[in-house]
Order: sequence, then structure tokens, then C-alpha cells
Amino acid sequence: MPNSPSEPARHPSGAPSGAPEAASGEARRVVVRRKGPMLVEGPVEVELEDGSVVSSDRFQVALCTCRRSRRYPWCDTSHRDRA
Amino acid sequence: MLPAPRGPLSRAVTTYLRGAGPLPSEAEVAAAPVYGEDLQLALYLCYELHYRGFADVAPALEWDPDLLRTRAAMERRFLAALREDAPRHDSVDGALAGILVEPVDGTGVSHFLRDKGELWQLREYAALRSLYHLKEADPHAWVLPRLRGRAKAAMAAVEFDEYGGGRADRVHARLWADLMTDLGLDTTYGRYVDAACAELLVTVNLMSLFGLHRTLRGALVGHFATVEITSSPGSRRLAEAMRRTGAGPAAEHFYDEHVEADAVHEQVVRKDVIGGLLEDEPELAPDVAFGVAATVFTEDRLGDRLLADWGGGRSALRAPLSQAATHVS
Repeated sequence: MPNSPSEPARHPSGAPSGAPEAASGEARRVVVRRKGPMLVEGPVEVELEDGSVVSSDRFQVALCTCRRSRRYPWCDTSHRDRA
Repeated sequence: MLPAPRGPLSRAVTTYLRGAGPLPSEAEVAAAPVYGEDLQLALYLCYELHYRGFADVAPALEWDPDLLRTRAAMERRFLAALREDAPRHDSVDGALAGILVEPVDGTGVSHFLRDKGELWQLREYAALRSLYHLKEADPHAWVLPRLRGRAKAAMAAVEFDEYGGGRADRVHARLWADLMTDLGLDTTYGRYVDAACAELLVTVNLMSLFGLHRTLRGALVGHFATVEITSSPGSRRLAEAMRRTGAGPAAEHFYDEHVEADAVHEQVVRKDVIGGLLEDEPELAPDVAFGVAATVFTEDRLGDRLLADWGGGRSALRAPLSQAATHVS
């Protein structure tokens, strides 16, 4: 839905309309926990070490922080304790 | 079409649904084994009227007072048995602790199928699970009007993802139908009810019971959390089983998608659905814990049944599957 006229323009500086919201001054909150993935509101693009980019358009994305995921950079619950 | 009856209760209910006879008596309801084939099928028939119904049943019977009274009598027995049999936990965290740990040497159905499942066993598994997956996420949608604020927003977001994020070709029930096609199964809704054992009917009746009663909204949330928490690692094992047996690309994709989706859903459900619900209504904590425990209890019963049958070289279905052309890659 387009912004209504009463709302301030999203990108007053003339940033490209596809720029992430954070660039317009609205900080995106990322949820971190000592144990478990980092939660980021989607859609998300992730640039990996080799320069390749993967993307997810899920409403919320769980990024692996334990580095054990077999679907890295996405969480696959490999951080869980094993017993 | 209505499935075949399995005893006096389900016979009376199917006859009543056709408009051809009386409902079972209270004494008949009281006499039937609570987790047995007959009572569980009769309850399943009552619940199905709230989903998609049956071609040969008048849709208005969904709200027939006499049928609802019979359903309530079966539900009272089912719920009492579950409260008796599901392990008790002091807290929601205590109930979840057991499923947040991955066993090193797991012995469940997904471990069995990953390590030595044969194609015929995967087909039987899919035929059984189709009773839920062809209406995946539907029982949980009933809880939405009973939540508010943070819990409602988070629950709706996860359900939106289950329903394909607005894209019909990504609805999880659709992905499931594609998996069934890969396995040479019939994707017609309700096709395998006759083949499903009582242990499977119990797992689906549990969600319908929790979903249809506002008083059980805490238990429904506990059920949903359990599904989402256990799904990701289980789906990885089932994806491996599908790959190893050459089941087909859609069969692999269904479980691959659930590895990633449910790792996210788990976090959202724990943090915002359970967290939000208990912030609003902390007195529901024991119900959430009960929902978790009842889900684990009924899934374990199903797993034991399947492994006993397959371990003994037997079919786990009440009616054998027809030999169907399997996927050719």
C-alpha cells in the first residue's frame, strides 16, 4: 500500500525506493540469544564469505550463529544440546 | 465419502450422518476403549464436519445439537484419558526441555526411516500423515480469535507462512500433495482415512479437540509449539530418507522446506506465541504444558505402533496400498 499523504516520505533524501528501511532512519531490530539463531525480519539477503548472496523472503529469518548448520547461513536447529 | 465403521459407535455415527438411524447411546460411548479404533473414528467423523465435511453428509449437521452432544461425551472421555496419561510437568519450560534436546542415538520413526526405511514404508507413512498434512495448519488457525496482541500477531505470521505466504503453490498442504504424487499416492482429501490406524486418528483428533475449544487455547498453543520444535530435525531425517530411496524431488522438497521454515517457526512460537499468551494469561501455563505433554504422548504411541509393525515386517495400514507407479527420475 502506498504511503498516505499524511505520512512522512519514506526516503526524504532521495534514496532508491528499494533501499532497506534502516537506511531511512528506522532501525531494524535484530533478536539475539546466547543460545540459538539470530532472528531478523525478512526479506533478507546474506552475503557469504565467498561473495555469493543467498536470500529468503520469509517474514522472519533465523540466521545460524553456532556455525553447525548444514543449511548455513540459515538455522537448522543444530545448536541444540545432544544427549 | 464416509469411511467404513469400525464398531458400534462409528457405525451409529455414520448411519446418523446419512440420516438413517439414531446416535449411539451414552452407555455405548462409555463402553468403548477410549483410544480404540471405534471411538477415535467416530470422533474423527464429528470433527471432519468442521473442516471439509463429506460428500454424502448434509453440511448443516456440523451444528446438529444431538451430534454435538455425542461428540462432547466422546471428548470428555478422550480429554480425561489424556490428562491422566500425559506426563505432568511443573512448568512450560519443564515440558519443553525434553524436546529441545536432540538424542544422539534416536530411535524414533524418523530415525528408522532415515536409516533403513524402504519405499513402501515411506508410502505408508505419507498415506497416514496425509490425514493431517492435507489440512496442515488448519486446526491451529482456530486459535487466532482467542489470542490477542503479540501472541495473535506471531501466530498469524507463522500460519501465513504455513499457508504459503500468499502463494497458492507454496501452501504446505499443496507441497504435501506434491510429495504424495511423487510417492504414487492418491491426493484426494480423505482418501486414506480407512487405512489409518487408531493411533494416527488420535494424533489428528488431538489437534481438532484443542483447536475447536477456546477453553483449550493454552493446550493448542502447546501442541503447535511441540510440532514446530520437533519438526525441523525430524524433517531433516525424513528428507534424507526421501533422497536415499529416490522418492522424488517434491518429496524431498516438502521436508527440506520444513527444516528451514520450522527452525524459524520454533523461535517465533516460543518467544512470541507462548511468551505473549502467558504475558496476557499466565494462568494458562499448566494448559500449555499439558498440550506439549499430550502431543508427545500421542506421537510416541503412534511411533511405537509404526515401529512394531514395520519391525515385524507388517504393514502399518488397515488396508494395503495399491501398487502404484513410483516416481521415475
